[in-house]
Amino acid sequence: MRQKELKLVVTFHTTADAMAMEKACKNAAVPGRLIPVPRMISAGCGLAWCAGLENRAQIVGLMEQTGIEQEELHECMV
Amino acid sequence: MIYMDNAATTMQKPPQVAEAVVRAMGTLGNAGRGASEASLGAARVIYETREQLCRLFHGEDPRQIVFTSNATESLNTVIGGLIDPEDHVITTAMEHNSVLRPLYACGQTGTEVTILGCDEKGNISYEKLEAAIRENTKAIICTHGSNLTGNLNDAKKIGAIAKKHGVLFVLDASQTAGHVPVDVQEMQIDVLCFTGHKGLLGPQGTGGMYVRPGVQIRPLKRGGSGIDTYNKDHPPQMPTALEAGTLNGHGIAGLNAALYYIEETGLETIGNLALERMRRFYDGVSRIPGVTVYGDFSQKDRCPIVSLNVRDYDSAEVSDELLMTYGITTRPGGHCAPLMHEALGNVEQGAVRFSFSHYNTEAEVEDAIRAIREIAE
Repeated sequence: MRQKELKLVVTFHTTADAMAMEKACKNAAVPGRLIPVPRMISAGCGLAWCAGLENRAQIVGLMEQTGIEQEELHECMV
Repeated sequence: MIYMDNAATTMQKPPQVAEAVVRAMGTLGNAGRGASEASLGAARVIYETREQLCRLFHGEDPRQIVFTSNATESLNTVIGGLIDPEDHVITTAMEHNSVLRPLYACGQTGTEVTILGCDEKGNISYEKLEAAIRENTKAIICTHGSNLTGNLNDAKKIGAIAKKHGVLFVLDASQTAGHVPVDVQEMQIDVLCFTGHKGLLGPQGTGGMYVRPGVQIRPLKRGGSGIDTYNKDHPPQMPTALEAGTLNGHGIAGLNAALYYIEETGLETIGNLALERMRRFYDGVSRIPGVTVYGDFSQKDRCPIVSLNVRDYDSAEVSDELLMTYGITTRPGGHCAPLMHEALGNVEQGAVRFSFSHYNTEAEVEDAIRAIREIAE
């Protein structure tokens, strides 16, 4: 198994929200990727956006700007 | 073969549609089921297609675009999920059975349904529509364009009437999506039902609806959603609220390619070309003695449809003659619009429907005119 790192993990209500997030981040060149939701997080959608902690402000701003509703925002080892 | 049954389904599609379906079948997984590239690939193309449809219909949010298998499923979802026994609903004699039959079923549980009649040209009266609104009217549910006459309803006018009286407006765009501009915000549409395989040039088994943010519809189907596994209820968030089970990702990939083709070619270009073919055909056949054409051809915008009969001949025989002698594909008989046939007085005879696409050529239209002339002799 790969070594885990502390990351920002954003969960969503629906797959459509997760896909909107991926697209918004790609368009804004914000790094990160969609991952399966880790089991320590209780989430609706099975997909989560995983990014470096340093991108937090950028990601939160982007979600506000594009109207993407997050379910929860976590910092966890993934 | 000359294909003139595009109101049933467009058979000639841009080649990239079939290519996209074949590619999807070899590369896409199940959207929203895991984060593999295969699954994400399906989720990406599905989300992108929501965005395309949102642009096409000028919606507010791609997440308000729901995928279904066709317009019939969309209409059953919205009628079953919005209308209660104590409600009153207004519809028209122009409707397809995909509107009428779900409403008749509501009628059996107490819902009052007013069906507005049509004049001899197949048009409704907007004054009568407004006058039919009652205190308990929940919705106006009607077609944008008749699948039999090709006549359009003025969606903007109906939307304004619905808004004025606080009534929901559900529009069936089965015959207009891809041919006629539809702007859900300008037309004040609450729910728009569409199919993917007609004017939108996508594969059969694709369709959907736009739902205005805030409109709550009970789901027709409940089941796997890829989200909220341990919840006993189906998730309420759009678009998942109205989508259960594996989406037709392969078909939606084809629809995606078709929508790019429409964006690149221009909806207006496609619609006008089909209308030009229709008008030339109408001008040619309407002057032939013994030919009866149904509908209102004074409308500038309409669906590219011409339904007709020749003398008192059985429409099935005429359609068969067109196929066997001239190689022209049309649809005869009843067209799943029983009240429209009643209004036009051709229940027994049915009608031969020619429905055009921008792929039809001028030469094909001339051949079809000549065929009707010879049959009518």
